[in-house]
Amino acid sequence: MRKGLLGIAAVAMMALTGVAHAEEKKVTIGVSIPAADHGWTAGVVFHAERVAKQLMEKHPGLNVIVKTSPDPASQANAVQDLETQGIDALVILPTDPDPLVNAIKEVKGKGTFVALVDRAPSVNDNSVRDLYVAGNNPALGQVAGEYIKATTPEAKVVVIRGLPIPIDQQRQDGFDQGIAGSKVEILDRQYGNWNRDDAFKVMQDYLTKYPQIDVVWCQDDDMAVGVLQAIEQAKRTDIQYVVAGAGSKEMIKKVMDGDKMIPVDVLYPPAMVGTALEMTAANFYGQVPVRGTYTIDATLVTKDNAKDFYFPDSPF
Amino acid sequence: MSVNEESIQSTSHRRTWRDVDLRAVAPFAALALLLIVGAIVNPNFIGLNNLANVATRCAFIAIIAVGATFVISAGDLDLSVGSMVAFVASLMILFMNSGVIADPTLMLTAAVVFAVAAGAACGLANGLITTVGRIEPFIATLGTMGIYRGLTTWLSQGGAITLREPEIQELYRPAYFGSILGVPVPIAIILAVTAVAAFILYRTRYGRHVVAVGSNSDVARYSGIAVNRVRTIAFVIQGLCVAVAVLLYVPRLGSTSATTGILWELQAITAVVVGGTALKGGAGRVWGTICGAFILELVGNIMLLSNFISEYLIGAMQGAIIIIAMLVQRSLVRKS
Repeated sequence: MRKGLLGIAAVAMMALTGVAHAEEKKVTIGVSIPAADHGWTAGVVFHAERVAKQLMEKHPGLNVIVKTSPDPASQANAVQDLETQGIDALVILPTDPDPLVNAIKEVKGKGTFVALVDRAPSVNDNSVRDLYVAGNNPALGQVAGEYIKATTPEAKVVVIRGLPIPIDQQRQDGFDQGIAGSKVEILDRQYGNWNRDDAFKVMQDYLTKYPQIDVVWCQDDDMAVGVLQAIEQAKRTDIQYVVAGAGSKEMIKKVMDGDKMIPVDVLYPPAMVGTALEMTAANFYGQVPVRGTYTIDATLVTKDNAKDFYFPDSPF
Repeated sequence: MSVNEESIQSTSHRRTWRDVDLRAVAPFAALALLLIVGAIVNPNFIGLNNLANVATRCAFIAIIAVGATFVISAGDLDLSVGSMVAFVASLMILFMNSGVIADPTLMLTAAVVFAVAAGAACGLANGLITTVGRIEPFIATLGTMGIYRGLTTWLSQGGAITLREPEIQELYRPAYFGSILGVPVPIAIILAVTAVAAFILYRTRYGRHVVAVGSNSDVARYSGIAVNRVRTIAFVIQGLCVAVAVLLYVPRLGSTSATTGILWELQAITAVVVGGTALKGGAGRVWGTICGAFILELVGNIMLLSNFISEYLIGAMQGAIIIIAMLVQRSLVRKS
């Protein structure tokens, strides 16, 4: 509903400004993203709408249409709908890339500029997209591992994983690389399903199982919420800190405030959809080359740079 | 029908050990077996701290499952409870964040009343759609499951809803983390809820009506029981139980998200069945139900504390243990 109103307002505004600046180059960008069904995708929706609004203010001839879809089938329909509205560019963060390849190729085949965000299909070349903006899953693990290695070289670490899917495995492999050659010891790895309540349970059990834990790596800000509660409840003082990841406002705020338990956060920002949007707009208005692959760093957020990544209005 | 016969038998004879209903004891036998296995797997397991942790965290499912025992005994099914937890908890947090009442204690009291009313209303909606709308409970509650979940996602805009007032948080925290005479509050509440539910199901006219309707609703109707009213009230009881679970859930993390309570309906139904209540209705075992909820939570706990089970195999092991626990129960019943 709120989103709907926003959309109508945006379209109305577009119509007005469009008349006023009829001489501006007219471009329509369609944005297709997953529906907000958990924290991270909610962030994607927030940032897509935020950047769309910014760009439309900057370029009066530009129209950005944002569509959200809960699953691959409805996203394929949404892409088709966008195409029939006559778009010059498509920015897509697929719910699941492989089932959507054909729908994307269809759009690309008509000469539309395609920017793919975050999730790549198994064949990811310029027959599918012009621009690929990627998050860096192995680096998310590696940065966390390197931080732990540097700060507490002999730490006993417990790991809470996400769900058994490739992204999670890449993060684990990255972490192992990050701590390689150090005396950091991994006590255990268990799945927390990227869910607060499950992470709470897993952490409670870790605390029962191990009398001495130095560091928790839970790779996800949502799970960190449950982990911190479990530690607090057990009143254990042996845990020095927790390393999470993604960049939710809650955790970034803790880093900013100098919370001892959350000294850093590793970025896997939902705002990357905004990066793709900006670059796509630059392709039309800035006449700069943007085709290729752009990989976003898994930046280590510390007290010094935290304010750059803090969005108090975002739902995530 | 078999239940009616059983209850007639147990009232007409004097109770001796031979007459003890093995079906009611079986879940507790399975529980004892699990405790032994757990103790072998990891000595920390049998520690009071760990068992208290597990009992405390099974509170949500246990309390919801007590409500589900009523619905299932009456021959219905409620799939919406997981979404309902998320929805009622979100409403409660939003209410507390709205700041309409300045005094934190009063605000918290109002929020508790509000949550209970919201839970009852959600349950009533399920009941009315099923009875007045004459829709199969499976479909009706599948629909409301989507509605409650969708409304939660909308309220949170896909993100999290977090309790903002630190004063209320401080005041409310002991509801999950505190203890009464050394017993963690959630455990005390499980016992209280179950005692009340057992009284209603076994000692009141309404309770007997529930079982009668679940056994055979036509016979119940001809006997002059207001079948639809009995079923609707069962759904309301389920809603109230969800509300009580929410009252414990909110102080734990102080926030909800679109993924809160996902698949809890299946866990609650499993707890009810593991506890010895027949899925086809006509028999309710409230104490068995909380035993079932405890068993489910213990299985996960044992897996995690063990050192020899790969994290990839936990799901398979959990499934196997539940089936084995049920087989143990069945074999006990057959011997009787």
